[in-house]
Amino acid sequence: MIARDLSPINLAAILGSLALVIGPHSLHLPGWIPALAAVVLLARFYFGWRRMKLPNKWLLIALALSSTAAIALSYHTLYGRDVGVALLTVMIALKVMEMTKPRDTMVVVLLAYFLVVTNFFYSQSIPTAFYMLLVVWIITATMIGLQHQAEQPAVVPVLRQAAIMILQGIPVMLTLFVLFPRVQGPLWGLPQINYSAKSGLGESMTPGDLSSLSLSDAVAFRVLFDQPPAAPEQFYWRGPVLWNYDGRTWRAGNYASAGAPYIQRLGPQLRYTVTMESHDRNWMFAIDMPTSVPDGAYLTTDYQLLSRRIVRDRLRYDMTSSPRYRVGFDESPDALRLAQRLPSGVSPRARALVAQWRAESIRDRDIVVRALKMFREQPFVYTLSPVPLDADPVDQFLFETRSGFCEHYASAFTFLMRAAGIPARVVTGYLGGEVNPLDGYVVVRQADAHAWSEVWLPGEGWVRIDPTAAVSPLRVERGLAEALPAIDRPLLARGTFEWLKQARYAWDAAANNWNQWVLGYNPDRQMRFLGQMGLSNANWQNMVIILTVISGSIMLALGLALLLRLESRRPDPVQRLYLAYCDALAKRGAARHPSEGPRDFAARVSMQFPEIKASAQKVTALYVALRYGTGEHSGKLEEMREAVRKVRQRA
Amino acid sequence: MFGVTILVMLIGSINYNLSLGYVLVFLLSGNGMVSMLHTWRNLARISLRPGKADPVFAGQRAAFRVYIENTSSLPRTSLGVQLTGTEPEFHDVARGSSKLIELKVSTANRGLLYPGRLRIFTTYPVGLFYAWAIVDLGMHCLVYPQPEAGRCILPLATTSAGEGQAMRAGEEDFAGLRTFRAGDSPRRIAWKAFARTEVLLSKQFSGGAAAEIWLDFRDLPVMEIEAKLSRLTRWVIESEAAGIRYGLRLPGTELDPDSGVPHRERCLQALALFKS
Repeated sequence: MIARDLSPINLAAILGSLALVIGPHSLHLPGWIPALAAVVLLARFYFGWRRMKLPNKWLLIALALSSTAAIALSYHTLYGRDVGVALLTVMIALKVMEMTKPRDTMVVVLLAYFLVVTNFFYSQSIPTAFYMLLVVWIITATMIGLQHQAEQPAVVPVLRQAAIMILQGIPVMLTLFVLFPRVQGPLWGLPQINYSAKSGLGESMTPGDLSSLSLSDAVAFRVLFDQPPAAPEQFYWRGPVLWNYDGRTWRAGNYASAGAPYIQRLGPQLRYTVTMESHDRNWMFAIDMPTSVPDGAYLTTDYQLLSRRIVRDRLRYDMTSSPRYRVGFDESPDALRLAQRLPSGVSPRARALVAQWRAESIRDRDIVVRALKMFREQPFVYTLSPVPLDADPVDQFLFETRSGFCEHYASAFTFLMRAAGIPARVVTGYLGGEVNPLDGYVVVRQADAHAWSEVWLPGEGWVRIDPTAAVSPLRVERGLAEALPAIDRPLLARGTFEWLKQARYAWDAAANNWNQWVLGYNPDRQMRFLGQMGLSNANWQNMVIILTVISGSIMLALGLALLLRLESRRPDPVQRLYLAYCDALAKRGAARHPSEGPRDFAARVSMQFPEIKASAQKVTALYVALRYGTGEHSGKLEEMREAVRKVRQRA
Repeated sequence: MFGVTILVMLIGSINYNLSLGYVLVFLLSGNGMVSMLHTWRNLARISLRPGKADPVFAGQRAAFRVYIENTSSLPRTSLGVQLTGTEPEFHDVARGSSKLIELKVSTANRGLLYPGRLRIFTTYPVGLFYAWAIVDLGMHCLVYPQPEAGRCILPLATTSAGEGQAMRAGEEDFAGLRTFRAGDSPRRIAWKAFARTEVLLSKQFSGGAAAEIWLDFRDLPVMEIEAKLSRLTRWVIESEAAGIRYGLRLPGTELDPDSGVPHRERCLQALALFKS
């Protein structure tokens, strides 16, 4: 079939829309797919433009089959979300090659909308949303262009019409968004997860891990306190607890189990809500010590808060914590024994040092104090870029390099305690955060990752000791940015650009609101919001009723408004003058026939009433010029008014 | 199709918890509903008026003229207009204007052609909805019989006696008056002069080599009625073209010899509407 039915402008609009939706996919699809799509789209435009015959359908089938095979090779499967996106992209690209009839065109345009949704698998950020709004606008304009069956569509009016329709659709969209009964997915199976490594705390800790994280500006979680505490950035956010040491790396081990450990609270409680970014793990963060457990979560025997499900989406939960506490004074002997275990033969110099301390002091607390004193008084340096440790990490760090990040200090300190026979373990998590003055949220970033120690002292239980604080008190008091030399800090964390900082706050607040209200609008949030709106215990039936009523009213109002716009026609001055002229002549017995053009009418009038011939012809000439002519119109309206007046006087 | 796409998108959004997927689905739903109003408005307050349809010969295409009037302040786009059995035509009508369109209908039989009701519809702006109206404009078009093809031999001129021949001329050029003779047509009598002088005078016209013929249904050889009408139609056309004065006799109808476009049309109309 000859590609003739589509005008070049409509064809370009369709192909352009497809390019806009396929474009972002090139970030994660194998490179050949967007390349193939680009070639096919360009070829289709060339064929349409030159009015050439479209390729044979067998060629298309061959292309489709070989692309499918290539996708199977690229992904090693033909199942799953990413493969689906790849297949859809290729098939839509090939579909344009057999796009001739209006129905095919409609299918392609609707598939373009569908591709917009697939983009949300990979990003739902504010910029993505704006980009996709733009794309939807253009696709809608394309649909409108396709409906121009009489004359070629002009670009600007069509874009304008599309914008009007989208804007008018927004009230219904908002109503549906708020009231459409939400269902918690997934409906079938588990959505395939993109197992790309997300940055965040790991299950183990090797010196160097956290310092690399410290350059990441990514948000770990955001916190909103019911009552803002004095210095929220000084809280320790408890994460994975590491028990096992193999001479280099700390691991969680499998000691901890679900339990309901006793926590003695000292002092006031903190109430707050955490909105945690997804990290594909099951741990959740709470201020040391958590005193409540959100739904779907549990507390382990080493006081770690864990989700029952892997956190694959942004998660919101309410927490209470007690920053001052006593825990674990009745810790089980098994746990204590585990907390003293060290691999034999590693770090002999550190062991010798501890043996010397042990000889001088009996009490465990004294040994803790001596270790901290060592960090404080000897020339230890806190830095993001420590000298790499290649030999025995603890000995090398304590006696040679003496420069390290929090994990070096936590690791070495815990080692020293265990060597002295004091039960100790490493706790990882976050320390710090930044209060956004615009919305009051505390933003904790990956850069705030931290590691510290817990030692078990008789009669006191587990006590948090942060050796980093001994080396760099600023880290604890003022946060990472202040504690590091300027050159080490992430660009945005440097205080030099005040406006940049403000912009960052504003952007962060916007992103947070977006996350909270748009992306995080799940069934739970919906119920709460509707409750606040005075619609408590809403079930889906009355939600649907309210939804129908509201959108019906919106449509009714909009329909009336549209109709009014149609009615509010006031003829333009030129038309009004001409109608006055016609009325005057009608009174005289020369009514203009509907089928009579202005010039024919003028000719007839001139025959009938020769005395007004001049005026009638002048009125007609001016009317035609003003209404249908181009060029300079100034003064002509006045002239016409004068001529009409003459006709009316004589009539 | 649009609905199915939206539904699939909604299910996908639920399954993958895509909040922006919901947003898009709802935006498109809103858009779809709005488009319904726009489609309806694109057709609202349009008025249609029938224009003249010129007579045609059977086999030619009749053109029905229709005015589409848009007195509103909004332009109307892609209004489809369709008569039963024809392909739709699409027209844009600018704001505050009226557009004359011609709808062509092929004809087969003589007589009055009623094109039936007119359908005006639109799917603008996005093609999701179809708004239409069916109007009966009472249009009709006169269809003359199809003129016979092939050689054409006109009947012989009537050989009426004496001076009858003298008065066959065109009536354009008045030549003078002469005394009335029996056989002169009463129409040629100068009644005004009679009133003045009480002498019957006949008007004398010049220009007169034109023959006068009768096209008589009954004089035709035995053939089908429609064939006879076709031949008579051809004769009317040829006689008029030749400048001959011709009269038409059909059973029940008789049109005196004359010539000129109005006469031709009267004859053709009689042929078109002839009922045996």
